[in-house]
Amino acid sequence: MNEAATPAQRLLRVLVTVGPGGLWLLLFVLLPTLLVLLASFLSRGPYGELQGPLTLKNYARLLEAPYLEAFAESLLVGGLATLLSALLGYPLAFYIARHPRRDLLLFLLLLPFFTNFLIRVYAWLVLLQREGLVNALLQAFGLGPFAFYPSFFAVLLATVYTFLPFFVLPVYASVERIDWQLLEAAYDLGARPVRAFLHAVLPQTYPGLFAGSVLVFIPAMGTFVVADLLGAGRVVLIGNLIQQQFGLSRDWAFGAALSVFLMGFVLLALYLYARTQGERGLEELV
Amino acid sequence: MRRLLSLHALFVYLFLYLPILVIAALSFNEGRRGVRFTGFTLKWYQDLFQDPRVLEYLANTLVVASVSTLVSTVLGTLLALGLVRYRFPGKGLLRYLLYIPVVVPDVVMGISLLLLFAFSRELFGFPRLSLTTVILGHITFQVAFVTLVVRSRLLLLDPALEEAARDLGARGLKTFLYVTLPLAWPGVAAGALLALTLSLDDFVVTFFTAGPGATTLPLYIYSSVKLGVSPKVHALSTLVVGLSAFFLALGYALSRRRV
Repeated sequence: MNEAATPAQRLLRVLVTVGPGGLWLLLFVLLPTLLVLLASFLSRGPYGELQGPLTLKNYARLLEAPYLEAFAESLLVGGLATLLSALLGYPLAFYIARHPRRDLLLFLLLLPFFTNFLIRVYAWLVLLQREGLVNALLQAFGLGPFAFYPSFFAVLLATVYTFLPFFVLPVYASVERIDWQLLEAAYDLGARPVRAFLHAVLPQTYPGLFAGSVLVFIPAMGTFVVADLLGAGRVVLIGNLIQQQFGLSRDWAFGAALSVFLMGFVLLALYLYARTQGERGLEELV
Repeated sequence: MRRLLSLHALFVYLFLYLPILVIAALSFNEGRRGVRFTGFTLKWYQDLFQDPRVLEYLANTLVVASVSTLVSTVLGTLLALGLVRYRFPGKGLLRYLLYIPVVVPDVVMGISLLLLFAFSRELFGFPRLSLTTVILGHITFQVAFVTLVVRSRLLLLDPALEEAARDLGARGLKTFLYVTLPLAWPGVAAGALLALTLSLDDFVVTFFTAGPGATTLPLYIYSSVKLGVSPKVHALSTLVVGLSAFFLALGYALSRRRV
């Protein structure tokens, strides 16, 4: 770009700009990731420390029944949360995109999302408890009280609540880019509203739908806080298993294997996403 | 159709705000339990501020947030600049490393940092889990977000402006300080505010990297919630939500400024 810069000057500029941040990423992102991989092949020593020799037994353990159940439950929470987010978020994205004050509506969507995650989960605990608002309202109609908390239902509800904006934002971005002339063309060709929507509008929002699904599915599967607080031990997801291994059980090697497994899932989801959307899609996702 | 869509939007926004508003209302409620409003009181807030531990946790939270935001904003801004302006070996690797803190579930991030600190302690005798390790952990995810935010701003800038500065005789540093930085400023500020919010919000990474004496407000909220619902936590939550809303509104105002 600048002919005057000598190779030494260019090197200096790269070192000054990229150097500190790059070093940080190598030390605190790449190295820890490799350490997790290493730890997953070690074993738990008598005092909870990590010890050799290298073994595959942590991975063999993943196939045991309680762990498989946790995987199944994580998939269920992730899948249902994604589905519910789509039902709530997809129409909302259209509403926001076509609203004259869409900046404000987006801001209002993000506001709760940027307030403390724990507090948002806690809020549901307050609403769903026996003396909570939900039961109070139901009792006004002569129903209940119900034991909403702790339960799978509570976990699912709070998961959707916390990750919903992740779904709306990418869908909104693709709705904004819709070429509405295609819809008019579909009408001109005699399509009725449902058919016109399915053929002229829906396909244009696939990138947003894919992105939103990945962005809800991954954190919904991976979190341990929601299941911990609202499931209170009744709902055990992969994240809870990992937390247990690094907490009470103190089996870091097995915890690391669980993490590698979860990471594998995440990378698979991202790979599938990148396959369908291209690498640019991946960048837009972030 | 349009009315159906408005109704749906109204329902979703209610769904988003109702829980937070209920917490805020209950924080002023005299009654300890239940949702019946029995009278207005500020005693839960008084309780909160008279608890010396809460002030200590608040101080910890603010120290972690300010130090980590400062460091990550500097590192992230420089990194974004280097990634946008220069070609160098390893650039592809760095771009992938940037995505890891963004896409990986935070529990994985927390335990991988814990493993790093444990291995390092085994080999070199440091670091002990403390406020310092919490700060290191926060910087790690913040750097990724700051870099991505600043980078997207830099990509919008016209490189001709920097070339003009150089043609007029400005050296590298001078161009950066007088041309690039002022132009990229809204991005840097937005990145810093995002980093700050993420730090104030973080529970999981803090949970795994904090040692004794390094309790932050989210850790305190977690342990209180585990003990049961309490109006004191309602009060604390309301304050934290208010604070976050303030920072987000500030960021929103900044981001509306044109390029």
